[in-house]
Amino acid sequence: MTLLLADFDLVGFVSTLSMNVMAVAMLFSLVRLFRGPSVPDRVIALDLIAALSVGIIAIYSIGNDEPMLLRAGIVVALVVFIGTVAFAMFVEKRGRE
Amino acid sequence: MPAAINEIIACVFILAGTAFSLVAAVGIVRMPDLFTRMQAAAKTGTLGVGCTILAVAIYYADPGVATLAALVILFLFLTNPIAAHMIARAGYFAGVPIWEHTVVDELKGQYDKQTHTLKASDGTGALSDPDASGPGPQPPASEP
Repeated sequence: MTLLLADFDLVGFVSTLSMNVMAVAMLFSLVRLFRGPSVPDRVIALDLIAALSVGIIAIYSIGNDEPMLLRAGIVVALVVFIGTVAFAMFVEKRGRE
Repeated sequence: MPAAINEIIACVFILAGTAFSLVAAVGIVRMPDLFTRMQAAAKTGTLGVGCTILAVAIYYADPGVATLAALVILFLFLTNPIAAHMIARAGYFAGVPIWEHTVVDELKGQYDKQTHTLKASDGTGALSDPDASGPGPQPPASEP
């Protein structure tokens, strides 16, 4: 019994489980991305997908012992923020005309 | 070798972040209109990803990784609310319909969508509180 407990890979188990749950969450936001009745709905779904992918990058970095991957998370967060702001300006300008 | 204490704490934070992210995704599917969806996705998603990045910082227990994680968290907490606010504002001005059971829409009828200014108070209840009118030019107080 103690041998079983000692061999239990807590980090591996938790990271695999969290990866699967994050995949389910990403599927949910994909549903909103395809179904969203208006453009801002789809933009919000894209924003959430980007945030979830930053989380997935973090979990992958823990599960595979690669701390360098956090830099990829920074880049994803940066690019998506600029994209969302551009989409907001586009929606606002198009709505006024 | 049993799990180290920082691994256990990191696992707790990973699970918390994952739970928040799942709640955000359920909220973005289940909520009835754009603005409630924006609330669910922005607040809960930011908190969930923040918890996960914090777990990375705790797991590695290394100053360089911790600095990177702090950068990611700072950037996320700065930009995500701004992006959500901008897209909700754009949707409101573009005429995205509001849920029919919404209790109050305080901007309705008080905002000029062409010039993007608040309509001046004309005694009909708009800007009824003079102290809440902001740092604009105040009328000079008449001293008797």
